[in-house]
Amino acid sequence: MSNRTTASTAKPEGAPLLRQLHLAVSTGETASPTQVNLARRQLSQKLFFGLLWLAGLLAVGILLAVVGYVVLQGAKVVNLEFLTTPPAGGLATSDVGGMSTTVVSTVYLVFWTIVIAGPLGILAAVYLVEYAEEMEGTTGAIPVLVSVVRFAVEILAGVPSIIFGLFGYALFVSAKSLGWSFSLRSAAVTGACLVLPVIIRASEEAIKAVPRSYRAASLALGATKWQTAWKVVLPAAAPGIITGIVLSVGRVVSETAVFFVTFGGTVRAPDTVFDLSSPGRSMALHVYYLAMETRAFDKAMGTGAVLILTIILINLIINVVSRRLTSKLEGR
Amino acid sequence: MRKIIDRAIRYVLLASALVSIFVVFLILLFTLREALPAFREYGVLPMLTGTVWRPQQDQLGILSMIAGSVLVTIGAVALGVPLALAGAIFLAEVAPHVVREVVRPAVELLAGIPSVVYGLFGMVVLVPGMRRLFRVPGNTGFGLLSASMVLGVMVLPTITNIAEDAIRAVPRGYKQGSLALGATHWQTIVRVTLPAARSGIIAAVILGVGRALGETMAMIMVIGNSIRMPQPLNSNPLTLFLSQARTLTGNIAVEIKYATGIHEDALFATGVVLFVLIMIVNATARILIQQGTRGEK
Repeated sequence: MSNRTTASTAKPEGAPLLRQLHLAVSTGETASPTQVNLARRQLSQKLFFGLLWLAGLLAVGILLAVVGYVVLQGAKVVNLEFLTTPPAGGLATSDVGGMSTTVVSTVYLVFWTIVIAGPLGILAAVYLVEYAEEMEGTTGAIPVLVSVVRFAVEILAGVPSIIFGLFGYALFVSAKSLGWSFSLRSAAVTGACLVLPVIIRASEEAIKAVPRSYRAASLALGATKWQTAWKVVLPAAAPGIITGIVLSVGRVVSETAVFFVTFGGTVRAPDTVFDLSSPGRSMALHVYYLAMETRAFDKAMGTGAVLILTIILINLIINVVSRRLTSKLEGR
Repeated sequence: MRKIIDRAIRYVLLASALVSIFVVFLILLFTLREALPAFREYGVLPMLTGTVWRPQQDQLGILSMIAGSVLVTIGAVALGVPLALAGAIFLAEVAPHVVREVVRPAVELLAGIPSVVYGLFGMVVLVPGMRRLFRVPGNTGFGLLSASMVLGVMVLPTITNIAEDAIRAVPRGYKQGSLALGATHWQTIVRVTLPAARSGIIAAVILGVGRALGETMAMIMVIGNSIRMPQPLNSNPLTLFLSQARTLTGNIAVEIKYATGIHEDALFATGVVLFVLIMIVNATARILIQQGTRGEK
């Protein structure tokens, strides 16, 4: 590398930088070799910074090219009719139909996963932060259990989604176990397991960030631990918790593998949100089926574009919420 | 009265916390229980080293899928990691404030784009492109190369985000010390900042590897899903990457819906192999991250 230059001193190639610098300064009699050294080092910096700029822009460029391509191609077919017509399904009819029922199925699916995983995840986080921490250092079964819980959350967060799918298939879908078949409830419960670690982690962070003085004040007023957690800590942590929930919504919307093996894939949506035993097809699944089975790439692009816009919307919501959180913290 | 409620609620909360353990337990129980007959009947070693996958004829070798998963991950790392790390250094050290404010949220957003979208792009743009670019007999465009490219792009945001955080977490004093000694900014990055952030950066790469191994739908869409062992198409060994293949994840997703009996068990066994592989990768990342934080203290 050119910055290992020895121009200023008689030191051999590869001498430590500091030593070179030191010698360059102490020998000092000839200013110009030092300047040459500096010039070289600055030149190599310019070169590598140029390369870094290139890499940074290339990385963003590639990603934007992929997303931009899908959005632009998709824009050709997306219109009100596309959004409000149900898909036709089947090979022969790839040129008709829209995506309306997949939007409905996605909404139902998101609703139930959050209804199941949201409260469970938030309550678990309350326990982990508010109740478990005071017991740290004590002996007994509960501290051990708590560390096992933390480990389990860690594992769940790292398990690939197709394994969740396998599990959901074996436990809910398969006739050998619960026999729920491909249905909204099979998909929703499996999806809830998938997003549980996301909600627990985000809620934990949010609850931890609530200042100790809030709790102290509430307890000093005679409130019990739960009253404090419910009326003081949770409201203060709400923006962070909501961020976690919205993040989970995004995860469910974009997840495909899990729902591929639990939700079925029929173009017909469940009749109502309570029609739990009916199968369905989420938007992400629709993209897959259109591309792989119907070979209707233009419609797949259209659905993909709607999917991308949904994710962008979700990200905007997260940004707004977390910005409110920061301003609130700063206002303290 | 309030005390009683308080006590009751304590147990409700504990129960919610225990759900995570319960879910992990159920996942292990059901995956292993279903996989066991396949392991017992066919044997673990023959399964891991067998290259013939014909479940209808009781041949359950999954080495081709293991090879597919490993090769496509290597390809994705080779293509995605250099760019991701350069991007992370760029964002953490070089980019002006304005650029960073725009690029960082964009990269975060791209980490959330559904994998089917990347798969769709791969099918429509990359696969025909690769078919036209490499005129080798037997090259369909579907295969390891297209899959590696799709996967490389998919892990880019993940690795960039985590590696950037690691670089940013290097104490300011290190950098200032180096700069004060007369080193240029670039010398400081290479000799001080990056070595100090090393464990975090390696962890970022390993987490990317974990994500790559676990990816399912995008892989099915571009890799061709052949059950044959990937092999070079002609005398040039690099054409290995033009070969069609199948990943462990893809094997499960493609066949689970119609599989029955020992075939179904073998797919669960595939899941167990995948699970073990990912757990090894994640544990490595975790150990490295812990070492990193200990080193800073």
